[in-house]
Amino acid sequence: MLTRAEFEDPNLLALALRRRPLRRSGEFVIVGLLTLCAAISLLTTALITYVLVSEAATFFQEVSFREFFLDTEWQPLFKPVSFGIWELVAGTANVVFWSMVMALPLGLATAIYLSEYAAPRTRRLLKPMLEALAGVPTVVFAYFAINVITLEVLMPALETVGVDLPVFNSFAASLMLAVMILPTIASISEDAMASVPRDLREAAYGLGSTRLEVAWRVVVPAALSGIVASVLLAIARVVGETMIVAIAAGSTPNLTLSPFETIQTMTGFMLQVGLGDARRGTTDYQSLFAVGMMLFMITLLFNVAATLLVRRFREEYE
Amino acid sequence: MAAVRAHVSLRATGAVARRQFVSRVSRYVLLAASLVGIIVLAYLTYDTLNTGASRLSWDFLNSYPSRFAERAGLRSSILGSAWVMGVTVLLAFPVAIGTAIWIEEFAPKNWLVTAVKLNLANLAGVPSIIYGILGLTIFVRFADLGPSIMAGALTLALMIIPMTVIAAEEAIKQVPQSIRDASLAVGATHWQTVRSHVLPEAMPGIMTGIILAISRAAGETAALIMIGAFTFIAFDNTSVKDDFTTVPIQIYNWTIRPSQQGFQVNASAAIIVLMGAVLTLNLLAALIRERFRRE
Repeated sequence: MLTRAEFEDPNLLALALRRRPLRRSGEFVIVGLLTLCAAISLLTTALITYVLVSEAATFFQEVSFREFFLDTEWQPLFKPVSFGIWELVAGTANVVFWSMVMALPLGLATAIYLSEYAAPRTRRLLKPMLEALAGVPTVVFAYFAINVITLEVLMPALETVGVDLPVFNSFAASLMLAVMILPTIASISEDAMASVPRDLREAAYGLGSTRLEVAWRVVVPAALSGIVASVLLAIARVVGETMIVAIAAGSTPNLTLSPFETIQTMTGFMLQVGLGDARRGTTDYQSLFAVGMMLFMITLLFNVAATLLVRRFREEYE
Repeated sequence: MAAVRAHVSLRATGAVARRQFVSRVSRYVLLAASLVGIIVLAYLTYDTLNTGASRLSWDFLNSYPSRFAERAGLRSSILGSAWVMGVTVLLAFPVAIGTAIWIEEFAPKNWLVTAVKLNLANLAGVPSIIYGILGLTIFVRFADLGPSIMAGALTLALMIIPMTVIAAEEAIKQVPQSIRDASLAVGATHWQTVRSHVLPEAMPGIMTGIILAISRAAGETAALIMIGAFTFIAFDNTSVKDDFTTVPIQIYNWTIRPSQQGFQVNASAAIIVLMGAVLTLNLLAALIRERFRRE
């Protein structure tokens, strides 16, 4: 209840009501329902963990940790079967590496241009177009990767210089993955740059720096934590992306970082199992969950690292 | 002797001129780099329209899938997409808004709310194929729903709830405290304040988040393939227990066919339909955001 003092002073009254709002007797039901809604998200995480751990446990009864982590061959469908995860991890690393090589310079350049160079009108025009890229369904990118990038552009172009490119190759997939994550890198990095205080820029201009020098030597270093975070989030998205790599990069596990070979990523393998009719309980079916757990942990690692980085360095200049 | 005229110029020379030149050029280099993504998008749009536009017809939209490319169509996948999207929204919408309200208005300010928020941020980053595995194990197998519309919608709902909650939270946070104070001061209870003042004020922001989430779910392929929705459907869906297929799955199906059978043209035409829907949703979200922008 409100005290008399609180009731008479409007400021105290506002504070008291914010802290202890009035309640009707039936409203605890509503608050209970709302709490239940919030519990669903916790339950989701618990279920994901439970499903992955319990089903992967069945897998690891058949296949030893030793084989999973030390063998270098992934061949679950043909005899002699072998379950060495590294070929799939290498496939994922392959597309992560090449998509970053393409997306990082472009994304950073876009962020610098939007934050330091562009007139407000240009910005208002460019940003929504970039955001449109972020909305494109990945199966559409996948279609382009194989039908346009590989078949219409890369294969004819490489044929003239005598290189034989396989129809399924990591290069086309990486290119489309790069286009897919460009908006992620550009917009998060731009936010980080926009929050660098004006004083820093003006001090540098006062010392005679050019616009490029201010952008590259002052703004980019000051916004570095945000830029790195954007890259980590982008990597997590590439690692988890399925359709582009499943359609364009192939389904042949291959321990290579070469962009001109057919590979298979972790997600690509998982989709292959999902499409097939491997029976529940067989080792090749259960391997789906072991690979899934690996995938889950890798993406979690990158996402948590990005969150921590932003949180740790956020208030440096305030 | 002629008078010496001193030339005073502010034009830089030497190293300074070089630095200024590099900086001036950098503007165009950076602009060119910013345009790469957009040019790729433009080229892909052109290519799709070029390949697929001629295939678009009422017949194409109204036919069931077929072994023959020129007879195949999108009827069952458009209906399937509509069913799944509809049920997904009905399931995700209340839970997402409820969670956001709890976090912003009713949660005790302690470790629990921190844990819930951290958990949501991580869930938003979980790959869609993992949600597919979850749906396969829990909804399709354990709850015995089979690869039905209900199983697909539950899976997609779990997938889009985190991003919807985060958007709704932002919107609720933007509602000025003075509006709450005014309502509480005239004797409204906490819930009355939230229902009659906070929620209506935050609704445009919440709607924007929900529309973007729907557009994400509309294009989702991997999670639905995992639960077993990669099937041949040649009937109209009439209940949530039906098996189904969706437009993105149909695109995948046509894309992986050997190219000489002519299914690539169908894939292009289906992409025009899907992109049309997704871009419309994105545009709608952008319009709502602009219309209700809070200064």
